[in-house]
Amino acid sequence: MSDVAIEVKELWKVYSKSKSGKVVLDVDDEELMRSIEVSKEDVVAVRDLSFEVKKGEVFIVMGLSGSGKSTLIRCLIRLVEPSYGNVIINGYDVTAMDKKELTEFRRYQTAMVFQHYGLLPHKNVLDNVAFGLKLRGVPKKERREKAMHALEIVGLEKWINYYPSSLSGGMRQRVGIARALVADPPILLMDEPFSGLDPLIRREMQDELIRIQEEMHKTIFFVTHDLDEAMRLGDRMAVMRDGSIVQIGKPAEIFANPANDYVARFVQDRREEIRKADEQIAAFNAAKDKEVNSDVS
Amino acid sequence: MFPEAWEFHVAQHLNRGIKALIQSHSEGFDAFSNGLLQFLLSVQSALSTIPWWGYILLIAVMSWFSIRKIVPTIVLSLLPLVIGVFGFWDLAIETLAIVIVSVVISLVLGIPLGVIMAEVKSLGYVIRPILDAMQTMPSFVYLIPAMMLFGLGKVPAILATVIYALPPVIRLTCLGIELVPKPVQEAALAYGATKWQLLKEVRLPLAMPSIMAGINQTTMMALSMVVIASMIGARGLGQEVLLAINRINVGRGFESGISIVIMAIVIDRITQGLAKKLDPVKKH
Repeated sequence: MSDVAIEVKELWKVYSKSKSGKVVLDVDDEELMRSIEVSKEDVVAVRDLSFEVKKGEVFIVMGLSGSGKSTLIRCLIRLVEPSYGNVIINGYDVTAMDKKELTEFRRYQTAMVFQHYGLLPHKNVLDNVAFGLKLRGVPKKERREKAMHALEIVGLEKWINYYPSSLSGGMRQRVGIARALVADPPILLMDEPFSGLDPLIRREMQDELIRIQEEMHKTIFFVTHDLDEAMRLGDRMAVMRDGSIVQIGKPAEIFANPANDYVARFVQDRREEIRKADEQIAAFNAAKDKEVNSDVS
Repeated sequence: MFPEAWEFHVAQHLNRGIKALIQSHSEGFDAFSNGLLQFLLSVQSALSTIPWWGYILLIAVMSWFSIRKIVPTIVLSLLPLVIGVFGFWDLAIETLAIVIVSVVISLVLGIPLGVIMAEVKSLGYVIRPILDAMQTMPSFVYLIPAMMLFGLGKVPAILATVIYALPPVIRLTCLGIELVPKPVQEAALAYGATKWQLLKEVRLPLAMPSIMAGINQTTMMALSMVVIASMIGARGLGQEVLLAINRINVGRGFESGISIVIMAIVIDRITQGLAKKLDPVKKH
């Protein structure tokens, strides 16, 4: 077995406003490619992406909204149909599957956590978490037991009879994470899971994800627009802009050596903050030293 | 004056065509007619085994279950007494039987059709204009095709009622399914839901409030059509109204009219209450 979990080869996604809505893409047809770039009706959301994600790795895709990161994560399990290219996950060629194979693949190989939770409003917390197992046809008792266990991991075992509408955002996302964990797939796809949460809860959830990852060693494909989040969680990260990856590497490397102005601007604010904080701490320490000295004298 | 020479009638041809159709498929029409009549009769005999106080009790239980307020429950369960006092109890049961049969047929046809319409967009372009036509046509006009095929009696009355009452449940089922939030559907698909599972687990339950509103609308329209269908032999309360009009007997018309209104109010409140009760999205 190779150690590659997700392999993306020359992936394109072009949205078209024209009548058919579908684009037949042929990368070798230069004229067609040029016409798509110029056309106002066609929007290139994902542009010729090729990269690999290793097993057990937390891979971050970072970019501003509209950079194509949400489209990319949806292309991986064909919630959005790619226009061209291949996606190979755990050795399965996702792009070559028929409907039945794809359904089966989604049930066992991946689980996804959404920014807007995507919980079922008409099912309680326990049944929401058990939903993936229900789709697989797991008997009721067994799926409830497993769901219960997953809810214990995220600390919601007392909330099983509540409905999503009565939970806070952070709790809803815990349910979303429990739903992903209960399926026990090798790969977790997370589409800005913590973006809608307030900073304290976000931080708490990040810690929790780190803790869960230490136990479970999943491959996590994580999309975010938050540099802090990327730095905290990521083993490797890719920075996207206009559908292309502009830089790929370890977060610290990217932070230290931004490949171009775009990436530099991303990390600049954060650097400023660190510089200011350093200055303030230095000033504070200096003041304290002075105080101590004056006391002594 | 419109030039007389330009006049052209399809009436004779239509009459002849229908006659030929009925003659060539008489067995099919008879079988259909008999089946429907059997269904109606069994419903009617089932309804007539329930004593009058049984209905009062039933209405009380149903309205308490669906509304949970004391005053409306008492008012709703006492209102039907007025029908009995006017001497229309049996006629009202007869009308109720036709309404129930028509509504059942409408739902069996309408809900799947609404689902298919939401699923296959292009079908909507065909069905929607037909529904528009069905709803804008004066209800009297429905009596004609029903009468053409089945003559006079209860079977054509049911047919006309079904045609008239069908559109709302189709439309509202379709609308309800179209309004199911996309993120929820996407999540279900991401976890490997098949099309059928998506429909059963997500789309239908979340479309339920809208479907229930459709059922309520369909029931109300069926009731109003049954009254008109008494012209072609639906009997029941509508016949009383018809007789009162023919004899210019205002008092009798008032009595039967009030009875119909009471039926409408009771059915409407109970189905609306049930719709709210059965909303799967809990708000607590």
